[in-house]
Amino acid sequence: MAATHTTLAKSGPMPPPARTLAQRLRAGDQVAHGITLAAAASILLITALLVFELYINSTESRAKFGWSFLITQTWDPVADEYGALPFIYGTLVSSALALLIGVPLGVGAAIFLAELAPPKISDALTFLIELLAAVPSVIYGLLGIFVLVPILRVAEPSIRALLGWTPLFQGPFYGVSLFSAGVVLSVMIVPFIISISREVIRAVPADQREAALALGATPWEATWDVVVPYAKSGILGSIFLALARSLGETMAVTMVIGNDPKIKASLFAPGYSIAAVVANEFTEATGQMYTSALIELGLVLFALTIIINGLARALVATGSMGGKA
Amino acid sequence: MYRTIRKLFLLLPLGLAVAASAQQVLINAAGATFPYPMYSKWFDEYHKKFPNLQFNYQSIGSGGGIKQVTEGTVDFGASDGPMNDKQIAEFKAKNGGAGVLHFPTVLGADVPVYNLPGITQQLNFTSEALAGIFLGKITKWNDAELSKANPGVNLPAKDIIVVHRSDGSGTTYVWVDYLSKVSKEWETKVGRGTSVNWPVGLGGKGNEGVSGQVKQTPYALGYIELVYAVQSKMAYGRVKNSAGVFVAAALASVTAAAASVKEMPGDFRVSITNTPGKDAYPIASFTWLLIPEKIGNATKKKAIKDFLAWMLADGQKMSAVLGYAPLPAAVIAKELKVIARIS
Repeated sequence: MAATHTTLAKSGPMPPPARTLAQRLRAGDQVAHGITLAAAASILLITALLVFELYINSTESRAKFGWSFLITQTWDPVADEYGALPFIYGTLVSSALALLIGVPLGVGAAIFLAELAPPKISDALTFLIELLAAVPSVIYGLLGIFVLVPILRVAEPSIRALLGWTPLFQGPFYGVSLFSAGVVLSVMIVPFIISISREVIRAVPADQREAALALGATPWEATWDVVVPYAKSGILGSIFLALARSLGETMAVTMVIGNDPKIKASLFAPGYSIAAVVANEFTEATGQMYTSALIELGLVLFALTIIINGLARALVATGSMGGKA
Repeated sequence: MYRTIRKLFLLLPLGLAVAASAQQVLINAAGATFPYPMYSKWFDEYHKKFPNLQFNYQSIGSGGGIKQVTEGTVDFGASDGPMNDKQIAEFKAKNGGAGVLHFPTVLGADVPVYNLPGITQQLNFTSEALAGIFLGKITKWNDAELSKANPGVNLPAKDIIVVHRSDGSGTTYVWVDYLSKVSKEWETKVGRGTSVNWPVGLGGKGNEGVSGQVKQTPYALGYIELVYAVQSKMAYGRVKNSAGVFVAAALASVTAAAASVKEMPGDFRVSITNTPGKDAYPIASFTWLLIPEKIGNATKKKAIKDFLAWMLADGQKMSAVLGYAPLPAAVIAKELKVIARIS
């Protein structure tokens, strides 16, 4: 920037007006600095306010249940007994399942679109995928109920035959379940993974790829051993975004998860997630303790998102250091 | 000169707005979702009659209705369940000692819906069967309690998949209020509320969620609002009332449930599930408007009082078309007297 100023000052036909121009530019810089700083600070402020509000409005519930709120399994609005554990479990399991299905699909598709597909096909497909990301979640929920659940009902015997020996696929299958929620979520997060990962992979400098090819790598080796590792942090970033989306997803989840606050080992059993129970019960929650417990659930979800993102980031940090060493 | 004209033009819309607002009365209300179609029809018709009067009703749920009328952020509230004593005490504390009045508007009912492939007859349910199923004690469709009530129906030996509401709802309140009345075990173990700790079952969001789940899942059983069942043309079962008769929910049998209440309390805070009448459908309920006893603004007070009187006369005639059961004559007569208490 300093360079720009000097060139402007030097190239100006008359020194005095050039100086004012430079000054003006400097003033503009300060304004821009101020505006962007305010924008960044407002994000922090909003987050802080959010936590503050959640914290203050959950006072009653925190005072009554303390930390045991996190490990209690009962959710009984009639007796005013509240515990978050079944919801935490449902949120984590459905999101984990979504990542398990969504990450290989999303990253695989991104590699194909960025590296292997002809540009025309790649652009057309990317457009369609970005369209998927714009579909409202209630639509995914309806598709879940009316399309996915009947399909899963048909597929259930084969899933059971394949994986029925694990405790994860025991018990009756009603259609709506943790498993269905995980599958719907995976469909919802795939567009995020694909569209960001594709951009990141395409941004890998061409000489990286060419160098690998020059050293005798096959195209696939160049992609997998050079390009993908180079783009790793961006791909992981897309996965974090997907995870954040699936942790907080409400409508689509509540429509297919079964809404039953019980912890069962089987993925075929119905479950419940934090976002879903808040959406379901908040409007009709009467009584201070009930509302307070629901708000504390919001706080728990917030904390959960931060912890998981922090852990993931830490994992990436150690992972990339190990990779370089 | 030019400036004065421009100023005049700038002020003109402002002046018009002031003049209009002097006549326009906007009354804000919020609450129950179940009677929303009825209320919006009434408010619309009433606005056509008195164009300067406008009602703005937000169907945010009964809990929200109670909260907002207590806080004074709306002129009146609406709820599917009556306010309890604690809520009324809170209302009085926040409104300088003045209370809140309950005005029943229409009646609703909950019906059991089911999905039994191959069975076309209308099933009968006893109170023992419904309580047993929702407590998780009756688990098979061919249970003795069910087959006894349905002679000649070949009930399958399949597990009953129970579906209930996942969102807090007046519909749930009516259902569990009924179960609490007919089953001591339900009352002590689960109890009454807009959401409860369900012993068994899957949760569906809203009437559409429960009916969707039932339609999708063979051998499922759930409960939905009568209006919704009628509109979506779903078959529903008959329920045995306290006189021992199996009654199907219909406008007449629901009104009969309200008419057979022996002693209507002065504040209308009464549950009409399992009432004694022979024709009474046992899982029915009022839905209420919650009107503050003291309304400071004289124009609004007059408008609300006039509207209540109209709702109890002409308004009642519109309810059947929309599937809501009208109030029995005795209740209307009693309510008309209570209107005078608004001051």
